[in-house]
Amino acid sequence: MALQITASRPDPALLDLPWRTPLEEWPDEILAALPRGISRHVVRFVHLSGRVLAVKEIKTDIAQREYELLRNLRRLDLPSVEPFAVVSGRETRDGMPLDACLITRHLPFSLPYRALYSQNLRKGTAVRLIDALAVLLVRLHLNGFWWGDVSLSNTLFRRDAGAFAAYLVDAETGELRARLSDGQREHDLDIARVNIAGELMDLEAGGLLQEERDPVAVSARILTRYHELWDALTGAELIEVGERWRVDDRIRRLNALGFDVDELAMTTDVDGTRIHIEPKVVDAGHHSRRLLRLTGLDVRENQARRLLNDLDAFRIGTGRNEQDEEQVAHAWLTEVYEPVTRTVPRELMGKLEPAEIFHEVLEHRWYLAERAQHDIPIMEALTDYIASVLPGKPDEATVVGTDTRELPVIAPGRID
Amino acid sequence: MATVKFDNATRIYPGNDTPSVDKLNIDIQDGEFLVLVGPSGCGKSTSLRMLAGLEEVNGGKIWIGDRDVTDMSPKDRDVAMVFQNYALYPHMTVADNMGFALKIAGVDKSEIRSRVEEAAKILDLTQYLERKPKALSGGQRQRVAMGRAIVRSPQVFLMDEPLSNLDAKLRVQTRTQIASLQRRLGVTTVYVTHDQVEAMTMGDRIALLKDGILQQCASPREMYDKPVNVFVAGFIGSPAMNLVTVPVVDGGVKFGNHALPVDREALAKAGKTVIVGVRPEDVEVTSNQDGLAITVELVEELGADAYVYGTPADKSIELESGDGGIKPFIARVDGRQVPMKGETIYVHPSADHMHVFNKETGVRL
Repeated sequence: MALQITASRPDPALLDLPWRTPLEEWPDEILAALPRGISRHVVRFVHLSGRVLAVKEIKTDIAQREYELLRNLRRLDLPSVEPFAVVSGRETRDGMPLDACLITRHLPFSLPYRALYSQNLRKGTAVRLIDALAVLLVRLHLNGFWWGDVSLSNTLFRRDAGAFAAYLVDAETGELRARLSDGQREHDLDIARVNIAGELMDLEAGGLLQEERDPVAVSARILTRYHELWDALTGAELIEVGERWRVDDRIRRLNALGFDVDELAMTTDVDGTRIHIEPKVVDAGHHSRRLLRLTGLDVRENQARRLLNDLDAFRIGTGRNEQDEEQVAHAWLTEVYEPVTRTVPRELMGKLEPAEIFHEVLEHRWYLAERAQHDIPIMEALTDYIASVLPGKPDEATVVGTDTRELPVIAPGRID
Repeated sequence: MATVKFDNATRIYPGNDTPSVDKLNIDIQDGEFLVLVGPSGCGKSTSLRMLAGLEEVNGGKIWIGDRDVTDMSPKDRDVAMVFQNYALYPHMTVADNMGFALKIAGVDKSEIRSRVEEAAKILDLTQYLERKPKALSGGQRQRVAMGRAIVRSPQVFLMDEPLSNLDAKLRVQTRTQIASLQRRLGVTTVYVTHDQVEAMTMGDRIALLKDGILQQCASPREMYDKPVNVFVAGFIGSPAMNLVTVPVVDGGVKFGNHALPVDREALAKAGKTVIVGVRPEDVEVTSNQDGLAITVELVEELGADAYVYGTPADKSIELESGDGGIKPFIARVDGRQVPMKGETIYVHPSADHMHVFNKETGVRL
């Protein structure tokens, strides 16, 4: 049988990979380094044309389906890994058929939760990961994606100004619907709760969980965070006609949560004394879109929030209140942001992304100022940060996650 | 443990005109293993999810025991989706892997321990309880995963294509394990698959769906021996039943030049032609040119037996597959008397094992 490659932009170098060999037996020299983790399937990370790719061995129909699903998620602008190709029609040299491979791009600066736990962690990391996962799950659900296998293992995390942003990695059990029923959303949440508890208990059993808190209690946070966010984003509100400012207030609250309101339904009741308002279409990325418009910087939501705050401080501090916002942003970019990020030595660039470094420098400056009891110029804080903090951090540009030991236990349910 | 009842249960997806599941009626007995089977898009998974509370029910009702669960949330139904997404955690013992979900549900420690021990006994895992999953074989790991569902002791187990991801060998092994385990536990189980072999080997009863409509719900034996229509006849059995359109003659039908008697009353309901169904093992190959002439195209030797694949010499004769496609005529023959490729053989059904269907409606006569 001939090898078949499905890809939107196929890279001929793909043909050089040893497709006739079972993934488990691929030679070490083509693999990227591998921390171990858990997965149902064999997964390996390879270098190809300067990229790192994740290769997962699964049945052809499932591979094709997941590839399409991931493409659709990307089209919907939902945070997920980027599908690269499906290679099917594989067979060994003696003609034995092999499963297909789904190939996705490694997400730069992303961290599997297990890799995070092997570092020395700040307190409350589990909580921050769960918060990020709750945001991801709400966003997926708002767009009709029914995940079916929500877990920390099936998610990658990127640093986001001290917090995390979550990305979907495994869409194998997922389905895209026009709308999800409450039962379907609850099912995902229930699975999330059980999986997170299991994952944290496993870390605890392995001596990796440094926190004292009970995994079961921590796992319950996915429920509360999810419901808070879902209700804030979708809940209907009844206001008096005389309180129309509350419409604006609602929009501001959603903005503060990082969401834009693209469509808000407003209806009055029969006698016209009250207005029913309900957000219909909300879109994540309120701050990151604003920063992108002002500066061209494409960063994550909390990073954008942080950078926008610094931009505001810059505007006030330099007495440019009356100036056009775009002009101020341009000045901030060339006078503050870029000098900081460009000063980072090349050999330390793989530690953190520029926006995260900027965030850390701001934090560092605050600590220094507090200690010194006076303001510290940012470049001075940067010099100290580069000398004393950054070199001690692990390289996170290509932490390739979870290699696997196959546990052939289960198969996902499929749509018929 | 409980009975399950689909009572005219209907699901129409928003924007669709036709229901994905149309007035489904099935009574599942306490402890029964029921398999929902059918081709892609038949509504089997949707039906299972309606029972799980994951799809809205737009018409009719669903009962678990004497509780109407139609509008109940998934959590409150006391059903367990088995194998859906079970990972085994490497640092946790087998016992913890089996019991941790109970901890979340607030079950107390001694109760968890006793349920885990009980499940381990059933699963032959008692001696492994304090080990890590790494030390287990593939089959043992699967049993641990089953244990996770068992300790919850739900009223009903639900399984949606749990084996679709496994390779052929492991699929057969796991199939047997699940079936025998279910019998030992006696928990009512609803199992979805597209694979009729899986359905036949596992289910106490099989419910075959097509286009959202239940075609037949019966034991594997009855589905095999008395399919109610051409679709069921073509779907159940491997290799599939031969379905040949033949003319009706006085007192019977004509299979090639071979006259087969058919009950007059039954024939009264038919038109000028009927579809005759015959399973490969019920095909008689004659030596005196009596029957339908078949040109042999392929012979598959199985030792004691052989399968002969061919097409009717008379090209105007249609063979149906029950779902509108065309397929070869298949006969099982004695392995010591195998025809040659290209040879013409004459075949007809054995009189006791033939099936006659209305040509227009497909219904069994």
